[in-house]
Amino acid sequence: MSSKMNTRNTKVMNRFDVTSRLIAKLKHEEAVIGGIGNTNFDLWAAGHRPQNFYMLGSMGLAFPIALGVALAQPDRRVFALEGDGSLLMQLGALSTIAALKPKNLIMIVMDNGIYQITGAQPTPASSVADIVAIAAGSGLGNSAWAADEEDFERLVDEAMAAGEPSLIAVRIDDKPGVGATRRDPVQIRERFMHGLGVREPL
Amino acid sequence: MAIAEQQSSPQAKQESSDRSWHGIVQQTLKRNEISLIPYVPDRVLTPLIKNLHADPFFTTFATAREEEAVGIVSGAWMGGRRGAVLMQTSGFATLANVLASLAVPYQIPLIMFVSERGTLGEFNYGQSLVCRTMRPVLDSLALEHHTITRLDELEFIADRSIKQAVTTQAPVALILNPLLTGGKTFDK
Repeated sequence: MSSKMNTRNTKVMNRFDVTSRLIAKLKHEEAVIGGIGNTNFDLWAAGHRPQNFYMLGSMGLAFPIALGVALAQPDRRVFALEGDGSLLMQLGALSTIAALKPKNLIMIVMDNGIYQITGAQPTPASSVADIVAIAAGSGLGNSAWAADEEDFERLVDEAMAAGEPSLIAVRIDDKPGVGATRRDPVQIRERFMHGLGVREPL
Repeated sequence: MAIAEQQSSPQAKQESSDRSWHGIVQQTLKRNEISLIPYVPDRVLTPLIKNLHADPFFTTFATAREEEAVGIVSGAWMGGRRGAVLMQTSGFATLANVLASLAVPYQIPLIMFVSERGTLGEFNYGQSLVCRTMRPVLDSLALEHHTITRLDELEFIADRSIKQAVTTQAPVALILNPLLTGGKTFDK
């Protein structure tokens, strides 16, 4: 299949590098939801922003949480960073998002084919499934593999101008996250709400 | 009762709906500005789901799993919009992880309406077993929950519980018992 070939032709990038490139592009207080583990560790390491939310559990819910933010604040662009193993836990969420078509939601999948943080075991999908084909089949027509870093940045620019939800999949290496998020869920949630303008600090 | 409602005039239907358990839930949600309603369907919840879909105040939609719905309303809460999740007992049984790792530790006022199957005439043994896991899970996390059995108590319990969830930033489960809803019986 051509999509399979596209996967093979895709450069293996690095999660922290790709995350940093994304963050550097954000100029309008865009919200960013970081999925469990390495995905939010690298979001943290890329430099904390008040509009970042870090998941400390609830594996697979980065996209649903981001969808909720996107529905609550349709004028703010919302990014979600998710790992391939996490996404496999909640593939139905792709169809929910496709059905609701939030214009302001951009999903990024960091695909290394392994559960890096638990000992690098391969996911069941690693040698047989194609994340972008799954997303497209779920109704998310605006889904693409990033060929390399430059292509990733181009796809992000496109997604930010798009009138429908976008999904960008990135093949990444097996490196662990660079930082470690401070595990303070109440403060994470409260700071995020301040960052979104929902609340003022005491 | 369902047949009587179907045969009555639109106006009578509306009045009957206002006094029904689902009419009261709908009004209570609206009064508390809860407008985002993701759900995984249940037979008993059908009239509520139908009326929420028909009311433009609400954004009502199905999700593939209950925990997905919990993630959505959690994100919406943080973005300044209130939501509630509708589900069945068996759906609640899939939520222990998201309650313990998202709703409770992040102090999110997650509002759950659970249509209770597995008791008072259940015909599926698996449903009756899964129902027995619900309250122990709620109690193990010290979550507020109420089992609503009477129509005259529904509005008070639902309205007060929603306000308490929001002000104390804590989840609440409102369990809709067959004594309130009629439940699902073997011949349906």
